[in-house]
Amino acid sequence: MSYQTQGFTLDNSGRRVVVDPVTRIEGHLRCEVNIDSNNIITNAVSTGTMWRGLEVILKGRDPRDAWAFVERICGVCTGTHALTSVRAVEDALKIKIPENANLIRNIMQAALYVHDHLVHFYHLHALDWVDVVSALKADPKKTSELAQSISDWPMSSPGYFRDLQSRLKRFVESGQLGPFRNGYWGHPAMKLPPEANLMAVAHYLEALDFQKEIVKIHTIFGGKNPHPNWLVGGMPCAINIDDVGAVGAINMERLNLVSQIIDRTITFCEQVYIPDVIAIGGFYKDWAAIGGGLASQSVMSYGDFPDHANDYSESSLLLPRGAIINGKFNEIHPIDLYAPDEIQEFVTHSWYSYGDDSKGLHPFDGITAPKFELGANHKGTKTRIEQLDESAKYSWIKSPRWKGHAMEVGPLARYLIGYHQNKPEFKEPVDKLLHALGAPKEALFSTLGRTAARALESSWAANKMRYFFDRLITNIKNGDTATANVEKWDPASWPAAAKGVGFTEAPRGALGHWLKIADTRIDSYQCVVPTTWNAGPRDAKGQIGAYEASLMGTKMAVPDQPLEILRTLHSFDPCLACSTHVIGEDGGELVSVKVR
Amino acid sequence: METFYQAMRRQGVTRRSFLKFCSLTATSLGLGSAFVPRIAYALETKPRVPVIWLHGLECTCCTESFIRSAHPLAKDAILSLISLDYDDTIMAAAGHQAEAILDDLIKNHKGNYIVAVEGNPPLNEDGMYCFPGGEPFVEKLKRVSADAKALIAWGSCASWGCVQAAKPNPTRATPVHQVILDKPVIKVPGCPPIPEVMAAVITYMVTFDKIPELDRQGRPKMFYGQRIHDKCYRRPHFDAGQFVESWDDEGARKGYCLYKMGCKGPTTYNACSTVRWNDGVSFPIQSGHGCIGCSEEGFWDKGSFYDRVTSIPQFGVEANADKIGFTVAGTAGAAIAAHAAVSAIKSTMLKKQDLQPLDPATSAQNKDKNEEKV
Repeated sequence: MSYQTQGFTLDNSGRRVVVDPVTRIEGHLRCEVNIDSNNIITNAVSTGTMWRGLEVILKGRDPRDAWAFVERICGVCTGTHALTSVRAVEDALKIKIPENANLIRNIMQAALYVHDHLVHFYHLHALDWVDVVSALKADPKKTSELAQSISDWPMSSPGYFRDLQSRLKRFVESGQLGPFRNGYWGHPAMKLPPEANLMAVAHYLEALDFQKEIVKIHTIFGGKNPHPNWLVGGMPCAINIDDVGAVGAINMERLNLVSQIIDRTITFCEQVYIPDVIAIGGFYKDWAAIGGGLASQSVMSYGDFPDHANDYSESSLLLPRGAIINGKFNEIHPIDLYAPDEIQEFVTHSWYSYGDDSKGLHPFDGITAPKFELGANHKGTKTRIEQLDESAKYSWIKSPRWKGHAMEVGPLARYLIGYHQNKPEFKEPVDKLLHALGAPKEALFSTLGRTAARALESSWAANKMRYFFDRLITNIKNGDTATANVEKWDPASWPAAAKGVGFTEAPRGALGHWLKIADTRIDSYQCVVPTTWNAGPRDAKGQIGAYEASLMGTKMAVPDQPLEILRTLHSFDPCLACSTHVIGEDGGELVSVKVR
Repeated sequence: METFYQAMRRQGVTRRSFLKFCSLTATSLGLGSAFVPRIAYALETKPRVPVIWLHGLECTCCTESFIRSAHPLAKDAILSLISLDYDDTIMAAAGHQAEAILDDLIKNHKGNYIVAVEGNPPLNEDGMYCFPGGEPFVEKLKRVSADAKALIAWGSCASWGCVQAAKPNPTRATPVHQVILDKPVIKVPGCPPIPEVMAAVITYMVTFDKIPELDRQGRPKMFYGQRIHDKCYRRPHFDAGQFVESWDDEGARKGYCLYKMGCKGPTTYNACSTVRWNDGVSFPIQSGHGCIGCSEEGFWDKGSFYDRVTSIPQFGVEANADKIGFTVAGTAGAAIAAHAAVSAIKSTMLKKQDLQPLDPATSAQNKDKNEEKV
């Protein structure tokens, strides 16, 4: 069977290849593709294989507690759901937070960006491009020359790489390869020379050491990481610079630690992460024309990092806001998260039921009941699925649409919007990167473009930490140490009914929480999450989402070793626990819904 | 401990076949024949314990926490201490290549590998609320655990159920010890557990070749034996009656006790106030927010995180988790009523109903097993 949508021709008549589990992601994702006789992907099926139902659990709870529940949607993008939640409650109850709380939240969100992107590139994505076993054949001296030719990073001597290589050798000789076992070593699509592989392995390990430093910023302001603490109305960490008891608060020693981590983070991004992406990308220029999917058509960002506390308008947000559709990059549309006809979720191909499954619902009106059923053409049994039937329901993820369009969200979307708004802080680094790779602007619409945008954004976020930190110091210097507004802490001060929306740009893209409060309790809570936008299944019109679109037309070198599929899916940094927790406001009846 | 070679010999593999295996290993890694004797030597003498790290319904915060460990560093744990052969979050292989590793471990390392579980299995809808690899996670968990040496239940999901098991637990998310009844299950609760505690539990097991001493609830006594309140650096302010009364007030800026802001330190067994977080940088109370009790069973259903704890059992630092457990279960009236009564713990009884073992009889046996060393 074949049909056309969004410029793609979907044809599921060829050989079916199943990848499950898709590893090196957060959560559980399955991917099935059909390939033609030339091993080119002609149909792609993205399936979320988990569902937790957090929003039904939230019903009836204290809205001030909600951040802690939704923070547990995801421990990888930890904190971003909590931030979105406190913003939603503050929007509903019209709570204004102090300037310092906004600055500290921005520093924490930026710390998450760098941490999340860094771990993604080195520990989730790199093994798609880097051949660990090939690194054993590298000449340490030449590796040193390569490293020193691309960066001033000091850990680059021949001796350093020689030591590392001998450790790697001992590890491989042990015969116990641990996480590197059965990797795609020697795969024809692996293109790096041994020296680049050895350098990348060194940075894999250095990044593993360094990532734990970045999160100490969360620990200082939020007490721990993963899952730091937040507060409706501000931040729980009081500031005390001068007085007795300062050791029990944010004091000069704490601020110095934050400042030092920020400096080290900026350096790591500029001297390791970005040079590595350029160096590795240089060997994979063909991937600048693969995996584009929806990126050249429809992208969206809500914007984030409010420059001024409580001002979430486009002019205050440092990350760009807007939507681009139909490939018209000269026209950036405004977004209204309250408008019932803009953001809607569909369940035509998701394991939920609306009664009438052809319609879409705005998150404030969302109704969801799980309905697990496999299409007539599936293979296997209900509890041992060999092949899904994408003409029926086939995923625990819903399909969100903006004005009916499937959208790609994430770092690439943000950079494409910022670039076409002619904002220098996005346009200049992109042009510099394209120049370094000798690639045209269209190269951004690709697997490589997505991975490169994430690297640039890490450096952007690291520098923004410095910017917000300096403003925090200025505020304190001016005598402003307030971190929380408690005027409406007492639920007795709340209206009988209220509703609000909180949004952020999570590291993976646009994130919104829609909240209704009734009699001081949560009446309904809906999250529409980045990976829902990107990984969602088809909608009522058969339109495909960003994951499925991005795999179309890709040639697989060895269909049984799905390296190309992993490369493109990983370029989105999938986060499945985020995408598949959704449940509607009538979820209270969930337990009584008979599903079969 | 039995080496890999000994394990193979015990299973009837000849020395010749063993060397052939080493040769195949070398070839499959793209290494020359010179590597064969070295691989053989390593397998004969110093195997690292294979660890299978499974993910059910979870948020991956436990994995993220584990890689934050400062001592040992995550890289040293992975390269030198254990053999993390299967972990879908970080492993290079995917799909068939990944599942082949599981099959090999189950077949060739029978009884010698540790299963570390992050998250939990949902039992509703025939388990299909979580089906990695096309099968219900609960089936995968049972299959892999059948030949495990021991299980580690990472975090509050695997230990108690955690957030997806909070009322009304729509997927019937179920902690590991209620599904795997015939193996020791070491609970390392917390959302997530402290990085260095996770690393310490697993290094303890491979260093001393036994499971840690556990309390009645299956938690390592060394890290979960005392309440956060007992060792909190703000405890003197509690004793002196100096409290934070409101966020960002003078008491907050002076680091007073957070008890009145809902701190659950008095009823939470964990090492946060001693080991602290992220290389000892801070812990929730030090950064101004009360403890939310994330390592306690059913902590999501004990009222708001900002409700004041109304039951502080009258015990000193020397009381351990078991004694307190008896007190709370035995005498509900032992609560201190000095503070304003808030319904913080009225859901405790309900919580216990929700998390009954599936089969109390076998669960009791399991408890006995927990106390044995492996």
